[in-house]
Amino acid sequence: MMDFKRRKFIKQAALGSFATVIGADIVYGNKIPKGYNLLGLQEPDPFKLFNKDVDMTLLNSKPWNMEAKAHLLDDKITPNKFMFIRNNGLIPEDINADNWTLTIDGESVEKTKIYTLNDLKTKFKHYSYQLTLECGGNGRSEFNPPAKGNQWTIGAVSCAKWTGVRLKDILTDVGIKDDAVYIGYHAADIHLSRDPTKEPISRGAPIAKAMQDETLLAFEMNGGPIPLAHGFPLRLIAGGWPASVSGKWLNKISVRNVEHDGAKMTGTSYRVPCKPVAPGEKVKDEDMCIIKSMPVKSLITFPKSGAIIDEGKKLDIRGHAWAGELQVNKMEYSIDFGSTWNSCSIEKPVNRLAWQHFNASIAFPQKGYYEVWARATDSQGKSQPMLLPGWNPKGYLNNACHRIAIKVA
Amino acid sequence: MGEKKVTKKWIRKSYRVLIIIGVLAVIVGIIGLYFGGPNEEVIPNEIKNNKTKTGYDARTGFIEDDGMQTVINNCTTCHAAELVTQNKMTKDGWLATIRWMQESQNLWELGDNEEVILNYLAKNYAPEDTGRRAPLKDINWYVLE
Repeated sequence: MMDFKRRKFIKQAALGSFATVIGADIVYGNKIPKGYNLLGLQEPDPFKLFNKDVDMTLLNSKPWNMEAKAHLLDDKITPNKFMFIRNNGLIPEDINADNWTLTIDGESVEKTKIYTLNDLKTKFKHYSYQLTLECGGNGRSEFNPPAKGNQWTIGAVSCAKWTGVRLKDILTDVGIKDDAVYIGYHAADIHLSRDPTKEPISRGAPIAKAMQDETLLAFEMNGGPIPLAHGFPLRLIAGGWPASVSGKWLNKISVRNVEHDGAKMTGTSYRVPCKPVAPGEKVKDEDMCIIKSMPVKSLITFPKSGAIIDEGKKLDIRGHAWAGELQVNKMEYSIDFGSTWNSCSIEKPVNRLAWQHFNASIAFPQKGYYEVWARATDSQGKSQPMLLPGWNPKGYLNNACHRIAIKVA
Repeated sequence: MGEKKVTKKWIRKSYRVLIIIGVLAVIVGIIGLYFGGPNEEVIPNEIKNNKTKTGYDARTGFIEDDGMQTVINNCTTCHAAELVTQNKMTKDGWLATIRWMQESQNLWELGDNEEVILNYLAKNYAPEDTGRRAPLKDINWYVLE
């Protein structure tokens, strides 16, 4: 039985948690036909439905969008319960992994080829990497004038362990032409309007990114099947780039001889002004450039903001830092609003494109209110800004330094 | 005399049993609350949102004002109300969003309702000047051991 929904259904029914979701016993529960969705479950509790921690923040229930808080992201490898959900459309309704296929087509393939999920799993070598996925709009809520869309604060980032096959092994097996410049993905999710001719999202990456060792067609997350909300049964994973490149519920990859022009590739989607603009300025579509690698950023994941500590006691802080395609070379903290900076110790990434862990022990000079600010610097010398970075119409790429409040009493 | 003694003994025994049952019940209760409680009972703040506050629509969380029902009827068919209520835009910004949805997302022509919707949104969901970086807010202070 690889039918994900049904398996989950049976498991939940066995645990009796269905009754909890609905708030009543399902009297004829044993007579429900297989695969039937109870009306009472069509607007269910997303925290239960997706096995998320109740402290996660729900931004949107249609489509589902949910983010973590900084202190929830303390694990070195992000577990499912703290992983943000960013959906553009509706989750596919009838996923059957047993007959799932991936088609590789497009102008730049020698010949269209179709793989079953089983082909991918059995005919190609498996690889596992810890990969940082951050939503391009993470931090959008801070832009002024405000930018349209889900108002992410800081929690639309994760670094889980993904297992699958290399996209480059598949593309090599298919055979791609010299004129290939881009790959575009297609998936089984449903447009919000339920118009079957529309795709909620169909993005992609330049061929060089597609051919990287760490770019995976993943079928496992953290050692188990990918959770439904995160793309079961197959997901493209392109760490270090806006997470929208990592298409969920993947069923087709088109190898293109032009920049892919699917939904949310054009206009202002996942694009920023090619040249800096003043806050609020109108920018023509042709002056917007596609986001590639995500910028350098970090999060203090311990302690949670708002800690009160005793005078004379040191405060141990820790967190993660990442820099898109690059590495973080330096990590610092400030307790005097950026006047002076002290270094944190920072670990090397476990593999390329994985976030790095930092820690420091802080002594405070006297009682009072403090903010601990964290600042990472990437391998090309770029640091996080303390104020908001360049304003852009859709509110992408806010990598301003993370701040937590501390009182010494 | 003998009968009284037996009765007293029986009462004492009953008390002991009752105390044991009581203690057990408290332990089971604590365990139940600790393991089962939060998962079953806690409704995250984010779900409650504005929906329990006065002045807000209980079902959608929209601010109650003229035009709200028109907004609900036209703007929550494809997506949830939260996609509207978490945003702040000028009247021009809301109009541009409507046009974008009509051009690419299958939103229908709004006719006379368009002005009603725009006025409601521009009044109740208008941008605020937050500067180049807002101060930390909503800090929940706690003692770190």
